[in-house]
Amino acid sequence: MYTQSRYFIRTALAYLLAAFMVGGLVLANQGLAIDGRIGVLMPVFYHLLMVGWITQLICGVALWMFPPYSRERPRGDERLGWFTYGALNAGLLLRVVFEPLHSWLAPPWLGWPLALSALLQVLAAWAFVIAIWPRVKRRSAGK
Amino acid sequence: MPRLSQLMIRTALLWLAIGYSLGGLVLLNKGLPLLPWLWTLRVAHIHILLVGWTVQLACGVAFWILPRLDARGTRGDERLVWGCYAALNGGVVLGALHDPLAALATWPGWSVLPPLMGLLYLLATVLFVIHAWPRVVSFRALPRPARD
Repeated sequence: MYTQSRYFIRTALAYLLAAFMVGGLVLANQGLAIDGRIGVLMPVFYHLLMVGWITQLICGVALWMFPPYSRERPRGDERLGWFTYGALNAGLLLRVVFEPLHSWLAPPWLGWPLALSALLQVLAAWAFVIAIWPRVKRRSAGK
Repeated sequence: MPRLSQLMIRTALLWLAIGYSLGGLVLLNKGLPLLPWLWTLRVAHIHILLVGWTVQLACGVAFWILPRLDARGTRGDERLVWGCYAALNGGVVLGALHDPLAALATWPGWSVLPPLMGLLYLLATVLFVIHAWPRVVSFRALPRPARD
């Protein structure tokens, strides 16, 4: 497994842990009514799980295992993969921090980090699609 | 990678890009309220990413990678997977359209879409399970088929 995939997959594992810590807290709060503010963490839980864990794991495994782009450059342009990694995680972290703050405190300026988070995650998804698209093909002897 | 897997994986990638774009609009609208209607894209975002992206990618990769049925590399009846592809994507399209359309125009006919979507999802999964079930086998001593 090459370096970029290791970053994706290890970060995905970290998000898996984080997701279930947050999810456990939300569940505990549903049962024990610890603090009403904890309920707003539900979308954070979903996105830690679906973006941080599932999507990031898929990206890491696909970049590692899909048919090579060419003999000379088996993974194509790796910068796209690094951009995906950076944008996806920066976008997700912004969301994890600022979405609950936006719900709890609600000053208008807290909407801007959410807008930036949205932009980063959309760019990450498109960059991944561009990176992996040419590798969705029949395995060739060489190109 | 067989042609059908290429089609399913590429369609899943398109849904990934569309689903994240819709999710981005919903999150943007949450931070900086622009149009209340954008909130109706939330369910579309969920259907597209859960079924169109994640489930379809899993089906496409499974069709490619699960053990073959014989030494010639047969993957079984591909028509089942074509049916799965059509039903799954039909369901995703209906799931993506229902809430935005219902918010834009009142029409009793929209209520048909969710059960129809459920039927399409059910059909897609039944077809895929029938296809994949016999391919979930232990390693056997078959001559190695040609790689694709």
